[in-house]
Amino acid sequence: MLRYAVRRLLELIPTTVGILLLTFVLFNVVGGSSAQVVLGKNATKASIEAFNKRYGYDKPLILNTREGESVFDSQFFNFIKNVARGDFGMSTEHREPVMDVLKRGVGPTLSLTAPMVVCGTLLGLALALGCAALRGGAFDKGVLVMSTVLMSVNYVVWVLAGQFFLAYKWRIFPIWGYENAFYLALPVLIGVLSSLGVDIRFFRTAVLDEIYKPYVRTARAKGLSRTAILVKHVLRNSLIPIVTYVSLSIPYLFTGSLLLETFFGIPGLGSVSLNAINSADLAVVRAVVLLGALLYQVVNLVTDLAYAALDPRVRLG
Amino acid sequence: MKALWNRLSVGGRLCLAVIAAYFLCAAWGGARSLRARLADETPAYNVVNVSARYQPPSATHWMGTDNLGRDVSARLVQGAWISFQVGIGTSLIAIPLGVLLGLLGGYFGGKTDSLVVWLCATVASMPGLLFILAISLIAGKGILGILLGIGLTTWVGVCRTIRAEVMKHRDRAYVQAARVLGYSHLRIMFRHILPNVAHLILIQFSIRFPGSVATEVFISFLGIGVQGEPSWGVMIGNARMRLWQGVWWEMTFVTLAIFVLVLVFNHLADELRDILDPALRNERN
Repeated sequence: MLRYAVRRLLELIPTTVGILLLTFVLFNVVGGSSAQVVLGKNATKASIEAFNKRYGYDKPLILNTREGESVFDSQFFNFIKNVARGDFGMSTEHREPVMDVLKRGVGPTLSLTAPMVVCGTLLGLALALGCAALRGGAFDKGVLVMSTVLMSVNYVVWVLAGQFFLAYKWRIFPIWGYENAFYLALPVLIGVLSSLGVDIRFFRTAVLDEIYKPYVRTARAKGLSRTAILVKHVLRNSLIPIVTYVSLSIPYLFTGSLLLETFFGIPGLGSVSLNAINSADLAVVRAVVLLGALLYQVVNLVTDLAYAALDPRVRLG
Repeated sequence: MKALWNRLSVGGRLCLAVIAAYFLCAAWGGARSLRARLADETPAYNVVNVSARYQPPSATHWMGTDNLGRDVSARLVQGAWISFQVGIGTSLIAIPLGVLLGLLGGYFGGKTDSLVVWLCATVASMPGLLFILAISLIAGKGILGILLGIGLTTWVGVCRTIRAEVMKHRDRAYVQAARVLGYSHLRIMFRHILPNVAHLILIQFSIRFPGSVATEVFISFLGIGVQGEPSWGVMIGNARMRLWQGVWWEMTFVTLAIFVLVLVFNHLADELRDILDPALRNERN
C-alpha cells in the first residue's frame, strides 16, 4: 500500500508541472502582459514599461540567461513561486489580491453546488437502479428516452426557461437573490435536471456491467430477493466507476456554475469567473483555472488511494 | 457506407434525414450570406426594418421578426450555418490531433506513450468550460476563438479511445506480418491499423458534433463567441430581452432548432455506437 501511495504521489509531479506550464503559456505568453487592459488604450510607452517592470513582465520567459542574474529569475519560475505562496496577483477589476476575491466566493458556490451534486447523484442512481431492475421494460425505455431528451436541452435554455416559468410566470420560486436556503432551491433544481440525462445513462451502464456476472446468478439461486441483490451486491460492485464519475465533479464544486450563479445572483466563484471573463480580468480567470486543475489532481489522488485501500486488485494490478 | 445505412433502424435513418435537411438549410444560408458579402449587400439576416419590429409569425415572416425587425427565420438559417461550421471545424482540429497522438502512443508505447498520456492528463485536468472560455477570450472573440477553444480541449477523448484500441491491435498477426514484410512504422500505422480503428472516429465525430454545437451556443450567448452574425447563442441572448413582454417566437424557434439538431445527433451517436462497437453491443443486451 505504501509503495503504491508513493508511486501514485510521484506521478503527480509531471502532471502538475504540465498544468503550470499550460496555464503559464496560455495566460502569460499568449495572453501577454495585462498592461494594456489595466492602463487603457492610450497608455504611454513609458507607463507600460514601468508596469511591466513592476509586475515582472520584462523578465525572460522560462530561463534567465542574463549576466549577473539568477537562472531561475524568470517569469515562469516567479509564477510558480507566487502560486506556491498562494499569491495569484492583483485583480484588475476588483483592485485587490485575487486570493481575497476568491475566498469570498467559495462559501456561496459550495452552498449551491454541494446540494446539486448530492441530489443529482442520488436521483440519478435511484433511476438507474430502477432501470436495471426493470431492464428492457417500459420504465427502462421511458427513462432512457427521457435522459436523451434531457441531455439534448441546451444548458442556457435550462437556466432561462427555469427562471422564466418557475420563478417569473408561476411564481413558485424567488427570481433572484441570495438571502436564505429557499433562494437556492430553483438553481439547484435546474442544475440537477440539466445534468440528470448524462448521469442516468452513465450509472445505468455501470450497473448493467455488473448485472450479468455469475455472482448475481448465484445470489439469485440462493433465493435472495431482487432488491437485496441489486442494492447489496450489484450496487456495491458497480461503485468504482460511479465513485470515479462523481468524484470528478468535485473540482466543479469549487469552480461553481457560471450561468446559474450569474442568473440567480449567487455571489460565488462561478459569477466571479464570468465577470472576470467579461471584463478580461485574466488574473482571476487564471487563478480559478489553475486552482480547479490542481484540485482535480488532489481529488484524483485521494480517490485512487481510497480504491487501493478498499480493493487489493487496484494496488497489485 | 451502404452497409451502415442498412443496419440503421428507421429512427436512425430519420435522424440522418433531419441532419441532412439541417445541412441543406445551413449550406443555403451560407451560400446566400457569401453572395451578399461578395456583392457588398446587407445579408438577409441583417436587413433592419424598424417599422416591422416584434412582429409575430405571419405569411411574410414565418417565424416573426426581432427587436430590429429582422426576419427570425433568415437569422435561424444563418445560425445553422454557424453551427455546422463549429461542429465540423472543431472536429477538424480535435480528431486529427487525437487520432495522431493516439496512434503514436498506442503503437510505439514506452516513452512516446508516456508523453501522450502526460499530455492527455494535463489537458483533462483543466476545468472544462472555464478553460474553453479562457482560450476563446485570449484567442480573440469570434468563431476562430471558439474553434480553438473547443478543438484544443476535446481531442483528449478521441486520443484516449484511439490509443486504447491501437494497443489491442499492436501485436495482432496482421501487424506482425506487415512488420516482417519490412513496412515502415508510418505505413503500418496509417495503412494497416488506422482503417481497423476508423469506426471509432465516426463514433467520436457523432458525439463531438452536438457537444460542440451546444458549447458554441453557450459561449456566444455569453457574448464572447461569434460577433456580428446571428449565432443561435447570440439569438437566445437577444430573444431573452423581451421574453418577459410576451415576445415568444424568437426564443421558441431558436430553442427548438438547437434542441432538434442536438437530439437527433445524440440519438444517431447512440445507434452508431451500438452498430459499430461490438463490445458495447454485447454488454447492453
